[in-house]
Amino acid sequence: MAAAKSNQQFHSAFSPALGLRFLLLAGLTLLLLVIDHRDNHLGAVRKAVGAAVYPLRIIVDAPVSIWRWTVDTTASRNELQLENSRLNAERLLTQARLQRYSSLEAENARLRTMLEARATVREQVRVAEILSVSSDPFRHLLVVDKGSVDNVYDGQVVIDANGVVGQVIKAGVLSSQCMLISDPGHALPVEVNRNGLRTIARGTGEFDKLDLPFLPNNADIEPGDLLVTSGRGGAFPAGYPVAIVDSVIRIPQEPFASVTATPAASLNQVREVMLIWSAPQESKESVEVTPAEASDSVDEEADEQSNE
Amino acid sequence: MSERPVSRTLPVIATFVVALMLTIAPLPGWAEPYRPDFVALTLIYWSMTLPQNYSVGSAWIVGVVLDVAQGTLLGQHALALSLIVYVTVKFHLQLRQFPIPQLLATVFALLTLHQFILFWINGVVGVNAPAETYWGPVISGTLVWPILAVMLAEIYQRVRR
Repeated sequence: MAAAKSNQQFHSAFSPALGLRFLLLAGLTLLLLVIDHRDNHLGAVRKAVGAAVYPLRIIVDAPVSIWRWTVDTTASRNELQLENSRLNAERLLTQARLQRYSSLEAENARLRTMLEARATVREQVRVAEILSVSSDPFRHLLVVDKGSVDNVYDGQVVIDANGVVGQVIKAGVLSSQCMLISDPGHALPVEVNRNGLRTIARGTGEFDKLDLPFLPNNADIEPGDLLVTSGRGGAFPAGYPVAIVDSVIRIPQEPFASVTATPAASLNQVREVMLIWSAPQESKESVEVTPAEASDSVDEEADEQSNE
Repeated sequence: MSERPVSRTLPVIATFVVALMLTIAPLPGWAEPYRPDFVALTLIYWSMTLPQNYSVGSAWIVGVVLDVAQGTLLGQHALALSLIVYVTVKFHLQLRQFPIPQLLATVFALLTLHQFILFWINGVVGVNAPAETYWGPVISGTLVWPILAVMLAEIYQRVRR
Protein backbone atom coordinates (compact mmCIF):
# COMPACT_ATOMS: atom_id res chain seq x y z
CA MET A 1 0.00 0.00 0.00
CA ALA A 2 2.66 2.41 1.08
CA ALA A 3 4.84 1.32 -1.79
CA ALA A 4 2.07 1.95 -4.32
CA LYS A 5 1.51 5.39 -2.86
CA SER A 6 5.15 6.28 -3.00
CA ASN A 7 5.33 5.08 -6.59
CA GLN A 8 2.37 7.21 -7.53
CA GLN A 9 4.02 10.14 -5.87
CA PHE A 10 7.22 9.28 -7.68
CA HIS A 11 5.52 9.21 -11.06
CA SER A 12 3.79 12.52 -10.56
CA ALA A 13 6.87 14.02 -8.96
CA PHE A 14 9.52 13.72 -11.64
CA SER A 15 8.92 10.92 -14.11
CA PRO A 16 8.39 13.26 -17.08
CA ALA A 17 11.55 15.15 -16.22
CA LEU A 18 13.71 12.02 -16.10
CA GLY A 19 14.19 11.77 -19.86
CA LEU A 20 14.83 15.47 -20.12
CA ARG A 21 17.37 15.38 -17.33
CA PHE A 22 19.13 12.44 -18.94
CA LEU A 23 19.26 14.20 -22.31
CA LEU A 24 20.67 17.34 -20.71
CA LEU A 25 23.34 15.35 -18.89
CA ALA A 26 24.17 13.36 -22.03
CA GLY A 27 24.58 16.60 -23.98
CA LEU A 28 26.80 18.03 -21.27
CA THR A 29 28.84 14.83 -21.21
CA LEU A 30 29.36 14.83 -24.97
CA LEU A 31 30.58 18.43 -24.71
CA LEU A 32 32.91 17.38 -21.89
CA LEU A 33 34.23 14.45 -23.93
CA VAL A 34 34.97 16.62 -26.95
CA ILE A 35 36.68 19.34 -24.87
CA ASP A 36 38.75 16.78 -22.98
CA HIS A 37 39.76 14.94 -26.14
CA ARG A 38 40.52 17.93 -28.36
CA ASP A 39 42.50 20.00 -25.91
CA ASN A 40 43.42 19.79 -22.27
CA HIS A 41 41.35 22.60 -20.77
CA LEU A 42 39.97 20.40 -18.01
CA GLY A 43 43.25 19.92 -16.15
CA ALA A 44 41.99 21.96 -13.18
CA VAL A 45 38.82 19.82 -12.88
CA ARG A 46 40.89 16.65 -13.02
CA LYS A 47 43.28 17.96 -10.38
CA ALA A 48 40.44 18.93 -8.02
CA VAL A 49 38.60 15.60 -8.31
CA GLY A 50 41.90 13.73 -8.30
CA ALA A 51 42.82 15.32 -4.95
CA ALA A 52 39.48 14.09 -3.60
CA VAL A 53 40.23 10.54 -4.77
CA TYR A 54 43.75 10.59 -3.28
CA PRO A 55 42.67 9.50 0.27
CA LEU A 56 40.88 6.53 -1.30
CA ARG A 57 44.08 5.48 -3.02
CA ILE A 58 45.92 5.69 0.29
CA ILE A 59 43.28 3.53 2.01
CA VAL A 60 43.33 0.99 -0.82
CA ASP A 61 47.11 0.88 -0.66
CA ALA A 62 47.16 0.61 3.17
CA PRO A 63 46.81 -3.21 3.54
CA VAL A 64 49.71 -3.81 1.16
CA SER A 65 51.97 -1.21 2.77
CA ILE A 66 51.08 -2.42 6.28
CA TRP A 67 51.92 -5.97 5.20
CA ARG A 68 55.25 -4.86 3.78
CA TRP A 69 55.99 -2.85 6.90
CA THR A 70 55.20 -5.89 9.09
CA VAL A 71 57.43 -8.13 7.00
CA ASP A 72 60.24 -5.58 7.22
CA THR A 73 59.95 -5.08 10.98
CA THR A 74 59.63 -8.74 11.87
CA ALA A 75 62.40 -9.92 9.57
CA SER A 76 64.84 -12.05 11.50
CA ARG A 77 68.34 -10.84 12.33
CA ASN A 78 69.81 -13.53 10.11
CA GLU A 79 67.81 -12.39 7.09
CA LEU A 80 68.77 -8.79 7.71
CA GLN A 81 72.44 -9.70 7.92
CA LEU A 82 72.21 -11.68 4.72
CA GLU A 83 70.50 -8.82 2.97
CA ASN A 84 73.01 -6.39 4.37
CA SER A 85 75.99 -8.33 3.09
CA ARG A 86 74.31 -8.78 -0.27
CA LEU A 87 73.66 -5.05 -0.53
CA ASN A 88 77.21 -4.28 0.49
CA ALA A 89 78.56 -6.53 -2.23
CA GLU A 90 76.23 -4.91 -4.73
CA ARG A 91 77.34 -1.45 -3.65
CA LEU A 92 81.00 -2.36 -4.13
CA LEU A 93 80.28 -3.66 -7.61
CA THR A 94 78.28 -0.56 -8.51
CA GLN A 95 80.99 1.74 -7.21
CA ALA A 96 83.61 -0.08 -9.24
CA ARG A 97 81.42 0.39 -12.29
CA LEU A 98 80.84 4.05 -11.40
CA GLN A 99 84.58 4.75 -11.27
CA ARG A 100 84.90 3.64 -14.84
CA TYR A 101 81.74 5.54 -15.70
CA SER A 102 82.98 8.83 -14.28
CA SER A 103 86.23 8.74 -16.21
CA LEU A 104 84.27 7.80 -19.32
CA GLU A 105 81.89 10.68 -18.72
CA ALA A 106 84.74 13.14 -18.46
CA GLU A 107 86.33 11.74 -21.59
CA ASN A 108 83.02 11.95 -23.37
CA ALA A 109 82.59 15.57 -22.31
CA ARG A 110 86.05 16.42 -23.65
CA LEU A 111 85.39 14.67 -26.94
CA ARG A 112 82.04 16.40 -27.27
CA THR A 113 83.59 19.83 -26.83
CA MET A 114 86.17 18.93 -29.45
CA LEU A 115 83.34 18.00 -31.79
CA GLU A 116 81.37 21.07 -30.68
CA ALA A 117 78.39 18.84 -30.18
CA ARG A 118 75.34 20.01 -28.22
CA ALA A 119 75.57 19.87 -24.46
CA THR A 120 74.73 16.59 -22.83
CA VAL A 121 71.88 16.36 -20.41
CA ARG A 122 72.49 15.93 -16.71
CA GLU A 123 69.79 14.04 -14.90
CA GLN A 124 68.45 14.05 -11.39
CA VAL A 125 66.59 11.05 -10.07
CA ARG A 126 64.02 10.55 -7.31
CA VAL A 127 62.29 7.39 -6.21
CA ALA A 128 58.49 7.30 -6.27
CA GLU A 129 56.20 4.62 -4.95
CA ILE A 130 53.39 3.21 -7.05
CA LEU A 131 49.96 3.67 -5.52
CA SER A 132 47.86 1.80 -8.05
CA VAL A 133 48.44 0.05 -11.33
CA SER A 134 46.25 -0.02 -14.44
CA SER A 135 42.87 0.51 -12.85
CA ASP A 136 41.40 0.71 -16.34
CA PRO A 137 41.92 -2.48 -18.34
CA PHE A 138 41.92 -0.52 -21.61
CA ARG A 139 44.92 1.59 -20.68
CA HIS A 140 48.25 0.77 -19.09
CA LEU A 141 48.51 3.47 -16.47
CA LEU A 142 49.93 3.69 -13.00
CA VAL A 143 49.67 6.27 -10.24
CA VAL A 144 52.77 7.30 -8.28
CA ASP A 145 52.89 9.14 -4.96
CA LYS A 146 54.73 12.22 -6.21
CA GLY A 147 52.90 15.22 -7.61
CA SER A 148 53.41 18.83 -8.58
CA VAL A 149 54.37 19.51 -4.93
CA ASP A 150 57.54 17.51 -5.72
CA ASN A 151 58.00 19.33 -9.06
CA VAL A 152 56.67 16.47 -11.14
CA TYR A 153 55.64 17.74 -14.57
CA ASP A 154 53.68 16.37 -17.51
CA GLY A 155 55.87 14.38 -19.89
CA GLN A 156 58.43 13.47 -17.23
CA VAL A 157 60.25 10.19 -17.76
CA VAL A 158 59.69 7.24 -15.43
CA ILE A 159 62.23 4.41 -15.23
CA ASP A 160 62.94 1.45 -12.98
CA ALA A 161 66.24 -0.31 -12.25
CA ASN A 162 66.20 -2.08 -15.63
CA GLY A 163 64.86 0.41 -18.10
CA VAL A 164 62.20 2.87 -19.19
CA VAL A 165 58.77 2.33 -17.62
CA GLY A 166 56.83 5.21 -19.18
CA GLN A 167 56.10 8.87 -18.76
CA VAL A 168 53.97 11.13 -16.59
CA ILE A 169 50.81 12.13 -18.41
CA LYS A 170 48.90 13.95 -15.69
CA ALA A 171 50.78 15.46 -12.78
CA GLY A 172 48.33 15.94 -9.93
CA VAL A 173 49.02 17.80 -6.70
CA LEU A 174 50.02 14.84 -4.53
CA SER A 175 50.05 11.98 -7.03
CA SER A 176 50.57 11.70 -10.76
CA GLN A 177 49.38 9.41 -13.46
CA CYS A 178 51.95 7.74 -15.71
CA MET A 179 51.45 5.96 -19.00
CA LEU A 180 53.44 2.77 -19.46
CA ILE A 181 55.36 2.15 -22.67
CA SER A 182 53.13 -0.90 -23.22
CA ASP A 183 49.96 1.23 -23.45
CA PRO A 184 48.42 0.85 -26.90
CA GLY A 185 48.46 4.63 -27.26
CA HIS A 186 52.14 5.04 -26.45
CA ALA A 187 55.08 5.23 -28.84
CA LEU A 188 58.66 6.26 -28.17
CA PRO A 189 61.68 6.88 -30.38
CA VAL A 190 64.38 4.24 -29.87
CA GLU A 191 67.61 3.19 -31.49
CA VAL A 192 69.35 -0.15 -31.73
CA ASN A 193 72.28 0.01 -29.34
CA ARG A 194 74.47 -2.10 -31.63
CA ASN A 195 74.35 0.06 -34.75
CA GLY A 196 72.33 3.19 -34.01
CA LEU A 197 69.40 2.23 -36.25
CA ARG A 198 66.52 4.55 -35.33
CA THR A 199 62.91 3.51 -35.15
CA ILE A 200 59.76 3.80 -33.05
CA ALA A 201 58.58 1.33 -30.40
CA ARG A 202 54.83 1.20 -29.97
CA GLY A 203 52.87 -0.29 -27.05
CA THR A 204 50.61 -3.22 -27.79
CA GLY A 205 48.40 -3.47 -24.71
CA GLU A 206 50.39 -6.44 -23.43
CA PHE A 207 52.89 -5.89 -20.65
CA ASP A 208 55.62 -8.05 -22.18
CA LYS A 209 55.46 -6.93 -25.79
CA LEU A 210 56.35 -3.83 -27.80
CA ASP A 211 55.85 -3.45 -31.51
CA LEU A 212 58.37 -1.94 -33.96
CA PRO A 213 56.11 -1.32 -36.91
CA PHE A 214 58.26 0.86 -39.21
CA LEU A 215 61.33 -1.25 -39.97
CA PRO A 216 61.92 -2.24 -43.60
CA ASN A 217 62.65 -5.87 -44.44
CA ASN A 218 66.34 -5.18 -45.02
CA ALA A 219 66.86 -3.35 -41.71
CA ASP A 220 69.86 -4.53 -39.73
CA ILE A 221 68.08 -5.83 -36.65
CA GLU A 222 68.30 -9.21 -34.96
CA PRO A 223 66.67 -10.95 -32.00
CA GLY A 224 68.66 -10.06 -28.86
CA ASP A 225 69.41 -6.49 -29.94
CA LEU A 226 69.09 -3.95 -27.14
CA LEU A 227 66.89 -0.95 -27.89
CA VAL A 228 67.74 2.28 -26.07
CA THR A 229 65.99 5.65 -26.07
CA SER A 230 67.35 7.79 -28.88
CA GLY A 231 66.32 11.13 -27.37
CA ARG A 232 65.02 12.15 -30.78
CA GLY A 233 61.44 12.92 -29.77
CA GLY A 234 62.61 15.37 -27.14
CA ALA A 235 60.53 13.73 -24.41
CA PHE A 236 62.93 10.99 -23.34
CA PRO A 237 66.61 11.55 -22.54
CA ALA A 238 68.91 9.44 -24.68
CA GLY A 239 70.59 6.21 -23.67
CA TYR A 240 68.15 4.44 -21.35
CA PRO A 241 67.47 0.78 -22.15
CA VAL A 242 63.91 0.21 -23.37
CA ALA A 243 63.53 -3.33 -24.67
CA ILE A 244 65.23 -6.35 -26.15
CA VAL A 245 64.20 -7.52 -29.61
CA ASP A 246 62.78 -11.03 -29.42
CA SER A 247 61.48 -11.79 -32.87
CA VAL A 248 62.09 -10.47 -36.35
CA ILE A 249 59.85 -11.84 -39.07
CA ARG A 250 60.62 -10.69 -42.59
CA ILE A 251 57.85 -11.32 -45.09
CA PRO A 252 59.01 -10.50 -48.64
CA GLN A 253 55.59 -9.27 -49.83
CA GLU A 254 55.12 -6.88 -46.93
CA PRO A 255 56.73 -3.43 -46.95
CA PHE A 256 57.77 -3.67 -43.29
CA ALA A 257 59.21 -6.48 -41.20
CA SER A 258 57.20 -7.50 -38.18
CA VAL A 259 59.47 -6.95 -35.18
CA THR A 260 58.51 -7.38 -31.54
CA ALA A 261 60.50 -6.64 -28.41
CA THR A 262 60.24 -7.37 -24.68
CA PRO A 263 60.45 -4.33 -22.38
CA ALA A 264 63.58 -4.30 -20.22
CA ALA A 265 61.63 -2.96 -17.23
CA SER A 266 59.28 -5.42 -15.54
CA LEU A 267 56.23 -3.27 -16.22
CA ASN A 268 53.67 -5.19 -14.18
CA GLN A 269 55.88 -6.10 -11.25
CA VAL A 270 57.48 -2.84 -10.14
CA ARG A 271 56.69 -1.33 -6.74
CA GLU A 272 59.06 1.62 -6.91
CA VAL A 273 59.94 3.65 -9.94
CA MET A 274 62.33 6.54 -10.50
CA LEU A 275 61.41 9.92 -11.89
CA ILE A 276 64.03 11.74 -13.91
CA TRP A 277 64.49 15.49 -14.00
CA SER A 278 66.65 16.36 -16.93
CA ALA A 279 68.04 19.88 -17.23
CA PRO A 280 70.13 20.86 -20.23
CA GLN A 281 73.68 21.46 -19.12
CA GLU A 282 75.57 24.51 -20.33
CA SER A 283 78.22 23.52 -22.81
CA LYS A 284 80.65 25.83 -20.96
CA GLU A 285 80.38 23.71 -17.85
CA SER A 286 81.01 20.50 -19.67
CA VAL A 287 84.31 21.90 -20.95
CA GLU A 288 85.59 22.24 -17.46
CA VAL A 289 84.48 18.92 -16.10
CA THR A 290 87.52 17.15 -14.76
CA PRO A 291 87.43 13.49 -13.83
CA ALA A 292 87.31 14.42 -10.15
CA GLU A 293 84.34 16.77 -10.59
CA ALA A 294 82.55 14.25 -12.72
CA SER A 295 82.92 11.61 -10.05
CA ASP A 296 81.66 14.13 -7.45
CA SER A 297 78.50 14.82 -9.38
CA VAL A 298 77.91 11.13 -9.87
CA ASP A 299 78.38 10.56 -6.15
CA GLU A 300 75.87 13.30 -5.36
CA GLU A 301 73.33 11.64 -7.58
CA ALA A 302 74.01 8.29 -5.99
CA ASP A 303 73.56 9.89 -2.54
CA GLU A 304 70.28 11.43 -3.57
CA GLN A 305 69.04 8.06 -4.67
CA SER A 306 70.07 6.33 -1.49
CA ASN A 307 68.53 9.09 0.64
CA GLU A 308 65.13 8.53 -0.87
CA MET B 1 10.84 11.54 0.52
CA SER B 2 12.25 14.96 -0.24
CA GLU B 3 14.19 15.38 3.00
CA ARG B 4 17.16 13.04 3.25
CA PRO B 5 18.47 12.62 6.78
CA VAL B 6 22.19 12.03 7.08
CA SER B 7 21.65 8.62 8.69
CA ARG B 8 19.89 7.51 5.48
CA THR B 9 22.25 9.06 2.97
CA LEU B 10 25.56 8.26 4.56
CA PRO B 11 25.45 4.43 4.31
CA VAL B 12 24.53 4.65 0.63
CA ILE B 13 27.37 7.05 -0.11
CA ALA B 14 29.65 4.72 1.83
CA THR B 15 28.71 1.87 -0.54
CA PHE B 16 29.70 4.04 -3.50
CA VAL B 17 33.04 4.85 -1.85
CA VAL B 18 33.67 1.15 -1.20
CA ALA B 19 32.73 0.31 -4.79
CA LEU B 20 35.18 2.96 -6.02
CA MET B 21 37.90 1.53 -3.77
CA LEU B 22 37.28 -1.96 -5.12
CA THR B 23 37.60 -0.53 -8.60
CA ILE B 24 41.03 1.03 -8.01
CA ALA B 25 42.41 -1.76 -5.78
CA PRO B 26 45.28 -3.62 -7.43
CA LEU B 27 44.58 -7.12 -8.75
CA PRO B 28 46.97 -9.74 -10.14
CA GLY B 29 47.46 -9.31 -13.88
CA TRP B 30 45.45 -12.32 -15.01
CA ALA B 31 42.40 -11.25 -12.98
CA GLU B 32 42.47 -7.65 -14.17
CA PRO B 33 40.12 -8.07 -17.18
CA TYR B 34 37.60 -9.93 -15.00
CA ARG B 35 37.23 -7.28 -12.30
CA PRO B 36 33.46 -6.82 -11.82
CA ASP B 37 32.24 -3.29 -12.43
CA PHE B 38 31.30 -2.65 -8.79
CA VAL B 39 30.36 0.98 -9.33
CA ALA B 40 27.89 0.15 -12.11
CA LEU B 41 26.34 -2.68 -10.06
CA THR B 42 25.97 -0.48 -6.96
CA LEU B 43 24.36 2.25 -9.06
CA ILE B 44 21.94 -0.22 -10.65
CA TYR B 45 20.90 -1.46 -7.21
CA TRP B 46 20.33 1.95 -5.63
CA SER B 47 18.59 3.44 -8.64
CA MET B 48 16.30 0.40 -8.69
CA THR B 49 15.47 0.56 -4.96
CA LEU B 50 15.56 4.32 -4.31
CA PRO B 51 14.96 5.96 -7.70
CA GLN B 52 13.66 9.08 -5.97
CA ASN B 53 17.05 9.74 -4.39
CA TYR B 54 19.58 8.14 -6.73
CA SER B 55 19.04 8.75 -10.38
CA VAL B 56 20.90 9.97 -13.44
CA GLY B 57 22.42 12.94 -11.60
CA SER B 58 24.10 10.76 -8.97
CA ALA B 59 25.25 8.38 -11.69
CA TRP B 60 26.81 11.26 -13.58
CA ILE B 61 28.72 12.57 -10.58
CA VAL B 62 29.97 9.08 -9.66
CA GLY B 63 30.94 8.59 -13.30
CA VAL B 64 33.06 11.76 -13.40
CA VAL B 65 34.86 10.69 -10.21
CA LEU B 66 35.46 7.26 -11.76
CA ASP B 67 36.81 8.89 -14.93
CA VAL B 68 39.32 10.88 -12.92
CA ALA B 69 40.28 7.86 -10.79
CA GLN B 70 40.89 5.69 -13.84
CA GLY B 71 42.37 8.36 -16.06
CA THR B 72 39.88 7.80 -18.85
CA LEU B 73 38.46 10.54 -21.02
CA LEU B 74 36.45 12.87 -18.77
CA GLY B 75 32.78 11.96 -19.25
CA GLN B 76 33.23 8.46 -20.63
CA HIS B 77 32.02 6.59 -17.55
CA ALA B 78 29.67 9.45 -16.70
CA LEU B 79 27.80 8.93 -19.97
CA ALA B 80 27.76 5.13 -19.76
CA LEU B 81 26.61 5.07 -16.12
CA SER B 82 23.91 7.72 -16.53
CA LEU B 83 22.55 5.81 -19.54
CA ILE B 84 22.18 2.51 -17.68
CA VAL B 85 20.76 4.30 -14.64
CA TYR B 86 18.26 6.05 -16.91
CA VAL B 87 17.12 2.67 -18.23
CA THR B 88 17.02 1.21 -14.70
CA VAL B 89 14.94 4.06 -13.28
CA LYS B 90 12.62 3.94 -16.28
CA PHE B 91 11.86 0.25 -15.66
CA HIS B 92 12.48 0.06 -11.90
CA LEU B 93 8.94 -1.13 -11.11
CA GLN B 94 9.24 -4.07 -13.50
CA LEU B 95 12.78 -4.85 -12.32
CA ARG B 96 11.61 -5.15 -8.71
CA GLN B 97 9.06 -7.80 -9.74
CA PHE B 98 11.44 -9.86 -11.88
CA PRO B 99 12.33 -13.41 -10.74
CA ILE B 100 16.04 -13.88 -10.19
CA PRO B 101 16.97 -15.42 -13.59
CA GLN B 102 15.19 -12.64 -15.44
CA LEU B 103 16.79 -10.00 -13.23
CA LEU B 104 20.22 -11.52 -13.89
CA ALA B 105 19.56 -11.38 -17.63
CA THR B 106 18.60 -7.71 -17.27
CA VAL B 107 21.75 -6.93 -15.27
CA PHE B 108 23.75 -8.71 -17.97
CA ALA B 109 22.08 -6.57 -20.64
CA LEU B 110 22.66 -3.36 -18.65
CA LEU B 111 26.34 -4.17 -18.13
CA THR B 112 26.67 -4.99 -21.83
CA LEU B 113 25.13 -1.61 -22.67
CA HIS B 114 27.60 0.04 -20.27
CA GLN B 115 30.58 -1.71 -21.88
CA PHE B 116 29.24 -0.89 -25.34
CA ILE B 117 29.24 2.84 -24.55
CA LEU B 118 32.84 2.56 -23.28
CA PHE B 119 33.78 0.53 -26.37
CA TRP B 120 32.12 3.07 -28.63
CA ILE B 121 33.87 6.08 -27.06
CA ASN B 122 37.20 4.21 -27.03
CA GLY B 123 36.68 3.44 -30.71
CA VAL B 124 35.99 7.09 -31.58
CA VAL B 125 39.07 8.23 -29.62
CA GLY B 126 41.25 5.45 -31.04
CA VAL B 127 42.03 3.33 -27.97
CA ASN B 128 41.92 -0.37 -28.83
CA ALA B 129 41.93 -3.20 -26.31
CA PRO B 130 41.56 -7.00 -26.38
CA ALA B 131 37.98 -8.33 -26.44
CA GLU B 132 38.11 -9.98 -23.01
CA THR B 133 38.57 -6.59 -21.35
CA TYR B 134 35.07 -5.76 -22.57
CA TRP B 135 33.40 -9.11 -21.87
CA GLY B 136 35.22 -9.88 -18.62
CA PRO B 137 33.46 -7.28 -16.43
CA VAL B 138 30.05 -8.13 -17.92
CA ILE B 139 30.33 -11.83 -17.08
CA SER B 140 31.95 -11.40 -13.66
CA GLY B 141 29.55 -8.55 -12.82
CA THR B 142 26.51 -10.71 -13.56
CA LEU B 143 27.95 -13.49 -11.40
CA VAL B 144 28.69 -11.10 -8.52
CA TRP B 145 25.28 -9.41 -8.68
CA PRO B 146 23.33 -11.85 -6.38
CA ILE B 147 25.91 -11.53 -3.57
CA LEU B 148 26.13 -7.76 -3.96
CA ALA B 149 22.33 -7.41 -4.08
CA VAL B 150 21.95 -9.39 -0.83
CA MET B 151 24.58 -7.24 0.90
CA LEU B 152 23.09 -3.98 -0.34
CA ALA B 153 19.57 -5.19 0.62
CA GLU B 154 20.87 -5.67 4.16
CA ILE B 155 22.11 -2.08 4.18
CA TYR B 156 18.83 -0.90 2.67
CA GLN B 157 16.86 -2.60 5.47
CA ARG B 158 18.88 -0.69 8.03
CA VAL B 159 18.58 2.56 6.13
CA ARG B 160 14.79 2.28 5.98
CA ARG B 161 14.39 1.97 9.72
